[in-house]
Amino acid sequence: MSDNYEQVFDDRVPGVEEHEATAGYLSYTIGFALAIVATLASFIVAQTNLIWAPGVPVGLIVLALAQIGVHLVFFLHLGSDRDSTNNILALAFGMLIVLLIIAGSVWIVSNLNSNMMPM
Amino acid sequence: MTITASDEALTADGSELVRAGGGGPAGKRIVVAYGFWIFILSDMVMFSALFATYAVLSGNTAGGPTGAELFNLRNVFIETVCLLLSSYTCGLGALSAERRQPGRFFVFAALTFLLGAAFLIIEATEFARMVQTGAGPSRSGFLSAFFALVGMHGAHVTSGLLALIYLAAQVIAKGLRPAVLRRLLCWSLFWHALDIVWVGVFTLVYLMGVHH
Repeated sequence: MSDNYEQVFDDRVPGVEEHEATAGYLSYTIGFALAIVATLASFIVAQTNLIWAPGVPVGLIVLALAQIGVHLVFFLHLGSDRDSTNNILALAFGMLIVLLIIAGSVWIVSNLNSNMMPM
Repeated sequence: MTITASDEALTADGSELVRAGGGGPAGKRIVVAYGFWIFILSDMVMFSALFATYAVLSGNTAGGPTGAELFNLRNVFIETVCLLLSSYTCGLGALSAERRQPGRFFVFAALTFLLGAAFLIIEATEFARMVQTGAGPSRSGFLSAFFALVGMHGAHVTSGLLALIYLAAQVIAKGLRPAVLRRLLCWSLFWHALDIVWVGVFTLVYLMGVHH
């Protein structure tokens, strides 16, 4: 390892810090556990008869959003630290576009469908 | 850029003010990850168009098979666990790389690759079975949208696996130097993002498809 140490820092540039963003094993393990719980809950909710059927899609959407949040925080390390600010702003804009495309398409086409002549 | 007294670069006791812009230019690693994050978000926008297409067409089965008849939730659950585990081992591999532990890195990278490959094999088998039973992409609007969305995700996983081979070769040839570490960071962002897309796929396509 000692002869590798020289080349480890050979292309450093000004502004690069040595110890940036080192997340722990614990963070990944917590994230994995939470994601598995959310996944299991989703599969159970989809197949169980214990839940009022029209409520199932809402439950699935909530669980999916929760799992996406877990992935963003524990795997992609989006947090409240200074280096995440720009990433979160970009994510917020991306989510706005995604929401517009999906919700807008569903809204427009369901409107068109309900105005179709009965075939 | 000149620093004046009003820039508040220093607080009264002389310690550096830690807030956006107060600490000087961001590190190269931060900038590279930000650029790659923008790419991932643009990829998400592309996926959202396919999600919207599927949501619109999911009921248009043209008298053909519906999702409830086609999907095997047991296989989907195995696929989901494979991808989630590979996201986990990918994170542990990135951590080992950052801590300059090449041995551990290669073990985790190999696990990530095998789990991703297992996911792809299950998915390809499912696709082949569907096409053979006459439920190919040309059967109905629902199936066209299904193959476009799920196939696009599978294509991303495939390109991710190819990129992982390429990066492992770079680690062998160049060692865990900062430029290689930044590429590994970008790759792990890509891999975690694919898992996020899969959460949307198994929820919207498979679970809701079987529920209806």
